[in-house]
Amino acid sequence: MSDPKIEGLELKPGFKGMASDTASDQTMFKGVHWGKAMMWIFLLSDTFVFSCFLISYMKGRASTPVEWPNPSEVFALNAFGVPVPLLLIAIMTFVLITSSGTMALAVKYGYERNRKMCGWLVLATALGGLTFVGMQAFEWSKLIHEGVRPWENPFGAPQFGSYFFMITGFHGTHVSIGVIFLFIYAYKVFAGHYDNGKKGWFTTMKGDYVEIEILGLYWHFVDLVWVFIFAFFYLW
Amino acid sequence: MSEDFKDKNIIQAQSSETISGSGSGVSPDMDYVRPAEIPEQDLYHGHSFITKWVFCQDAKVIGVQYFCLATFTGIIGLILSWLMRLQLGFPEAAGFMTAEHYYQFVTMHGMIMVVYFLTALFLGGFGNYLIPLMVGARDMVFPYVNMVSFWMFFVAVGVLLASFFVPGGPTGSGWTLYPPQAILEGTPGSGMGIILMCVSLALFVIGFTMGGLNYLITILQARTRGMTLMRLPLTVWGIFTATVLAMLAFPALLVSAIMMSLDKLLGTSFFMPTILKAGEVLEYGGGSPILFQHLFWFFGHPEVYIVALPAFGIVSDLISVHSRKNIFGYRMMVWAIVGIGALSFFVWAHHMYVSGMNPWFGFFFATTTLIIAVPTAMKVYNWILTLWRGNIRMNTVMLWCLGFIVTFVNGGITGIFLGNVTVDVPLSDTYFVIAHFHMVMGIAPLMVIMGAVYHWFPLVTGRMLSEKLGKWHFWATFLGAYSIYFPMHYLGFIGVPRRYFEMYDSPYMTSAVGMNEFISTAAFLVGAAQFILIFNIVKSLKIGKPAGKNPWKANSLEWLTPSVPPEHGNWGERLPVVHRWAYDYSVPGAKDDFIVQTTPPSEVVHTKVEKT
Repeated sequence: MSDPKIEGLELKPGFKGMASDTASDQTMFKGVHWGKAMMWIFLLSDTFVFSCFLISYMKGRASTPVEWPNPSEVFALNAFGVPVPLLLIAIMTFVLITSSGTMALAVKYGYERNRKMCGWLVLATALGGLTFVGMQAFEWSKLIHEGVRPWENPFGAPQFGSYFFMITGFHGTHVSIGVIFLFIYAYKVFAGHYDNGKKGWFTTMKGDYVEIEILGLYWHFVDLVWVFIFAFFYLW
Repeated sequence: MSEDFKDKNIIQAQSSETISGSGSGVSPDMDYVRPAEIPEQDLYHGHSFITKWVFCQDAKVIGVQYFCLATFTGIIGLILSWLMRLQLGFPEAAGFMTAEHYYQFVTMHGMIMVVYFLTALFLGGFGNYLIPLMVGARDMVFPYVNMVSFWMFFVAVGVLLASFFVPGGPTGSGWTLYPPQAILEGTPGSGMGIILMCVSLALFVIGFTMGGLNYLITILQARTRGMTLMRLPLTVWGIFTATVLAMLAFPALLVSAIMMSLDKLLGTSFFMPTILKAGEVLEYGGGSPILFQHLFWFFGHPEVYIVALPAFGIVSDLISVHSRKNIFGYRMMVWAIVGIGALSFFVWAHHMYVSGMNPWFGFFFATTTLIIAVPTAMKVYNWILTLWRGNIRMNTVMLWCLGFIVTFVNGGITGIFLGNVTVDVPLSDTYFVIAHFHMVMGIAPLMVIMGAVYHWFPLVTGRMLSEKLGKWHFWATFLGAYSIYFPMHYLGFIGVPRRYFEMYDSPYMTSAVGMNEFISTAAFLVGAAQFILIFNIVKSLKIGKPAGKNPWKANSLEWLTPSVPPEHGNWGERLPVVHRWAYDYSVPGAKDDFIVQTTPPSEVVHTKVEKT
């Protein structure tokens, strides 16, 4: 993650540097890998997807003619006979945020070319993600068991079920895709594809640890989205 | 920038007088361009027919694939419009058509033309072909993803066309797909039709995202040495900004398609209010149809500019090349494109003036809408000023460009009518609206596409299109399009509503009947005239005049490839090095009337080139 060296060009910090990079030839983001720039732009686009979902949810909730269910009751979990509000969600959130931490460490060890540490940490991230998806499946089945459906629910406004399943489902899909890629990348790290520059399966680009950082960007984004979903669904 | 580099840059930018006055006239440093930052791209070269022409990773082949498939879909849209016009002009001859059919044709015509024809053709077709060539790259940055992008589009078109063959047929809810009627019984295609439409749109968005990421990163991160953003041809700027809009607007379409499918399939009520049907309350309730309108138009309005901005960019280049003058106000043009793109996200509710929204909202959106007229008018003036005293070649390409300016100004002015709430309310849902948007985002971008086809055909195939046929094609299309849409303004003023299957015994009948017959006849002729182009293409592919290198004497990089048509990898052994913008035409003191982008300053020291 050291600053890139560009021949014939001194990279200056701040706004002035940004202006001179923009005005220069060849690349706008100096020394930034194509895949990394692509991931940032994709995430910007994906932000708009989740924003549309969440704004629709706010609109639906704000204009519902029927009472919205109380989240601390709906999402409560019985621990030793005592209903604890948001217990499961707290654990889920903790697991996901922790997996962001292991991801960040994997990136660090990757750039230090510490193959083993990097691989184990990517694997740990994948397992964290898998745990999250598993707990989400548990939460869904519990709610379904209690009679919550996309078209109705016993606690109040039917839109609660609709938006809940749609948005957490869409987020869960993102997590699941991330988990699949984390497993693939863990394999690639252990197999040494990023040390010997082996070409990827569908690309002529040579393997490089920057790919771990790119996957990390996606993973942190999925985490960040969860923070918003958490705030809007469980705390509001 | 290092001190060293800065000095060299200054020398490079010095005016010719200073340099020639300094003695030798040529400084050894003046041609300096920074060394390459990015390593050479390693490309996958296809070996078999399948990897070379079907699942091909060459952006140029993908561009042609996009172009052909979009054109094929566009012809289906054209045939649907013929059927609609047959019903409107000569209802007795269209006895086979029911009102349901008519609504389905309206819907599919609109959706096909806007999304699957114009968007795919400009961004997928021209974008893929031209971006790598114009920025001096060997290919798109992610060729594999680019290939998948096309095949996603292919599947999306397949799903869309499949809806013609499912029980109930395609959806007939209008291209805006407004709920609740889009998914309720009684609307044609409210079963499988609307589901396939939503699936097809979602596939299109996913496929487009893959392509769009490629276009953006190629332009931002894979330009050749010397190619700064402000030396890019305006075509690239137009496609770039349109792609940014698409990346931010398509999410709203994706979300509304997902929510609509859930309303249909799972019985959720995102968009569905409580509905009484024949005295019975339906299962739905509590949703908001207006929410769909907001989501749809948050996509729908930028979509207009996704189509228009590439057209603006391309037409600027065509006008500059064929009037042998630099584009007037290049930087102003760039900022106008970017400004229009940014503003287009703040105007969507002008499509919803009659949805019952707060009048203050209408006031806000009318203001933002009218502000867009400012950068747009700047562009029109700049095109005119580029033509002003230029050495205009009155060939087919130039005719299409002039046709574009006229139709665009026409459609733009009616846009100012409709942007004002008080004028829009009586005119909304009449033929005035149809006339407006067909002029401004149908005919005008189409004119640019035609001009671009005549301009770049020699590059793609190595042969010229027939000028004679081209002129017939132009005049038939131009005069015909005016015959269709000019009377529609009048129909709108007398209050003929759009989307009506027939007028029944309304008082409009007397004055509208004759006009509808006239419009329909013109529509048949204009549609048929498009086959002149197809004939021209087929004929010229076989016996067209060989084009040779750079037949138009243009400056931009795509004409400077070692072989014509360019091969995979575009540039042979060495990438081009760029020293100037693409608009050095008719420079005083120069040997030729054009100085290509790769000409180093030392070769043109005695000319008055622009500092770029």
